[in-house]
Amino acid sequence: MAKSEPPIGATRRARRTIGAAVAAMALALTACTGGGAPTTTPAAPDPGATATQQPAETRTLVVGATAEPATLDPTATDAAAGTQALLYNVFETLVRIDAEGHLKPLLAQAWDVSEDRLTYTFKLSPNARFSDGTPVTAEAVAANIDRIQNGTTAPKLKKAMSVVAATAVVDPTTIDITLTRPSVTWLFDMAGAAGIVMNPAGFAAANSETAGSGPLTLGRWLPGDSIVLEKNAQYWGTPARFDEVTFRYFKDPNAMNASMLSGQLDIISNLQAPETLAQFSDTSRFTVIEGSTDAEVTLSINNGATPEGVTPGTGNEALKDVRVRKAITMAIDRQALLDTVWFGKGTLIGSMSVPTDVWYEDLTGTHPYNPEEAKRLLAEAGHPQLTLRLQPAALPYASKAAQFVASQLGAVGITAQVEELQFPARWVDTVLQKADYDLSIVAHVEPRDVVTYANPAYYWRYDNPAVQEAVARADAGTVAEYEAEMRTASRLIAEDAAAVWLFALPNLVVTKTGVTGVPENANSSLAFDVTTIAKA
Amino acid sequence: MLARLGIFALSLALASVVIFVITQALPGDVAAVILGHGATAEQLAAKRAELGTDRPFVVQYLDWVFGMATGDFGRSWFSGLPVATLIGPRAEVTISLVVGGLLLALLIALPLGAVAALKRRQWPGFLTSTAAQVGMAVPAFWAGILLVFVFGVTLGWLPPNGYVPIGRDPVAWARHLVLPVTALGVVQAAVLVRYVRSAFLEVLGEDHYRTARSIGWTRWRALARHGVRNAALSLVTVVGLQLAAVIVGAIVIERVFVLPGLGSLLLDMVSQHDLAVVRGIVMLLVLAVLAINALVDVSYVLIDPRLRARESS
Repeated sequence: MAKSEPPIGATRRARRTIGAAVAAMALALTACTGGGAPTTTPAAPDPGATATQQPAETRTLVVGATAEPATLDPTATDAAAGTQALLYNVFETLVRIDAEGHLKPLLAQAWDVSEDRLTYTFKLSPNARFSDGTPVTAEAVAANIDRIQNGTTAPKLKKAMSVVAATAVVDPTTIDITLTRPSVTWLFDMAGAAGIVMNPAGFAAANSETAGSGPLTLGRWLPGDSIVLEKNAQYWGTPARFDEVTFRYFKDPNAMNASMLSGQLDIISNLQAPETLAQFSDTSRFTVIEGSTDAEVTLSINNGATPEGVTPGTGNEALKDVRVRKAITMAIDRQALLDTVWFGKGTLIGSMSVPTDVWYEDLTGTHPYNPEEAKRLLAEAGHPQLTLRLQPAALPYASKAAQFVASQLGAVGITAQVEELQFPARWVDTVLQKADYDLSIVAHVEPRDVVTYANPAYYWRYDNPAVQEAVARADAGTVAEYEAEMRTASRLIAEDAAAVWLFALPNLVVTKTGVTGVPENANSSLAFDVTTIAKA
Repeated sequence: MLARLGIFALSLALASVVIFVITQALPGDVAAVILGHGATAEQLAAKRAELGTDRPFVVQYLDWVFGMATGDFGRSWFSGLPVATLIGPRAEVTISLVVGGLLLALLIALPLGAVAALKRRQWPGFLTSTAAQVGMAVPAFWAGILLVFVFGVTLGWLPPNGYVPIGRDPVAWARHLVLPVTALGVVQAAVLVRYVRSAFLEVLGEDHYRTARSIGWTRWRALARHGVRNAALSLVTVVGLQLAAVIVGAIVIERVFVLPGLGSLLLDMVSQHDLAVVRGIVMLLVLAVLAINALVDVSYVLIDPRLRARESS
């Protein structure tokens, strides 16, 4: 889903693709990232940031955000909202993803991978402490993995952790984790919500209290308004630069802009109304950062697969025909759509991959805009006239895009009946769970989500053994194999027109002048990591 | 009195049935929303069993009603937090807004309405009536956006949005409420002015008013002695009815000013399909409206000595 909105099923554990390469490399070489340097610095301080110590006054940072968590336990639901405010700030993981997308040590000061790439040995930092002062031990790590696997946690995280066969506590600061098969993606998952190491003493009350080991702790939570984090005075690593960090939540982008303009906010974490960027053109007061995210705004097509054990969806039969799907792709002028829907901000993409993915190749020309050819394909497929349901999530970008798509489909003989689905409840139920749709529109925020096309039960209902094999080989392979196979999968789904990838959402950040260290691109762990941020 | 209590209880019971049936009919499955993608049929079934949403509707309904009767509003399906804990701090916001908005509306509408009635053939009367017409046509959210822009952003006198609990910082609480209360109150005042005006006009035509005037009382004195109490009777009715409109208006205003009140909680919980919380909020609102109506009934007796006499005889 879009950053802005409560993410759907879309889990927002993400990691930058460069990170993927680095990790894969680490695996391939059985290397030991950071092994030599027992760095306990949780965040590389931004060199440009002058963290002048002003102990006298309370140093505060106020961040405007859109998706408010329903629970303070980021492992309980699929929503990324909890991850955004709490991951790396309050909760820590064995490894983290930095602003450039590289895997870095966090609670683990070093790790080793066995020859067969099945056993990981993590050396925990001996100084690491939970906020109540108890040490972060190997037992605690094992208890958290067990909780993800067997507790009431989100299925997406359970799936990520399902490759773990066993954990073995070697000594209080050493743990061996054995996998059932080699997996490139597992270590990335360990840097996201699935890898959070919570204080086991806090498991029971995890939904309303936080028991982490990070530089900040929960101060107060005003549901519907804000989450205030306070400096953890006993933090084991580099102390937080702020005494108080507030995440304030806004449903309405204009209200968030008003807050920024009046000076209430230090940062807009991701501007939801690109047409309002001009309000922040005064460079003496504001800095605008335009980066990228992993979120693909996707016009999904019900491909009509009926895998075993899954209740069949209700997609229009015509959409099983690749010619019809190609025609839909070719009917839409995506540049014009981007200009209309998102003020021209964002990137055109031709598949479920974004330019920051290491395997990315430009596939925007695969089925280029050509309404005449689209009409010909439809006629050839025997559907010169076709009526389809178009059920976007009722979110601003999706509604706007749906109107545009409907008019363009109309020009080639496809009547799109637009019905917006309230988000998330109705959309999740109707489209994601039941595949009771023909076409839909929503943004998919998780990184490397091209792998969802390898799951025929996913709501695309797309069943292509070649894609499934490519994705399986990628995860089990070396770094080079991983990249090659992911590229293959991206290309296959593009050629097959398994969906129409409208555009990738930009990361539009506005900061007050004097605020530094905010990364250009959204962190692919989906955390809004404040540990790199400083304020003059 | 007993009859009134009986009607009150019956209304509540009926409302609970209606609320339960209507929310039950909302499409969506909370287990699916909570678990997200990748949930297996078994996991979904386990979640539904955990939440109790797999039980027959009648059982769920009775469980809910008997829970409320013992003060237990249940727990949020989504976060597992007690519904009462979620609603409590939100109710403070909405009550501040509704009470503030209504008081402001009365403060504006009473004097203006009186002027409009007394000077109805002179320019102040025309002016007030016209202003009220215009005010009624202004949607509260638009007034809100305008106030945010002028006083919050351009002039920077007041915070454009947000909320601070009164227990935390009463001054900040008041500052944050000025703009939303104004947006809500001014629009409501425009509605009320017309009722106040006609209520006073009615009084002006009464015999006792004419008598008071004829024995030499000034218009204002006559109105103050005989007018206000009589006008109050019809005004209390209108204000009681208008309260529902104020609560609806507050929901819109909460959105514009990013106030964490019951209205915004209600909208959020509907979109998450967290019916446990939705039902709690709606029930609370129904209870509030019924209680207000009961108070209106009681206040008739307090205002009107004739009714008191009738009741006691």
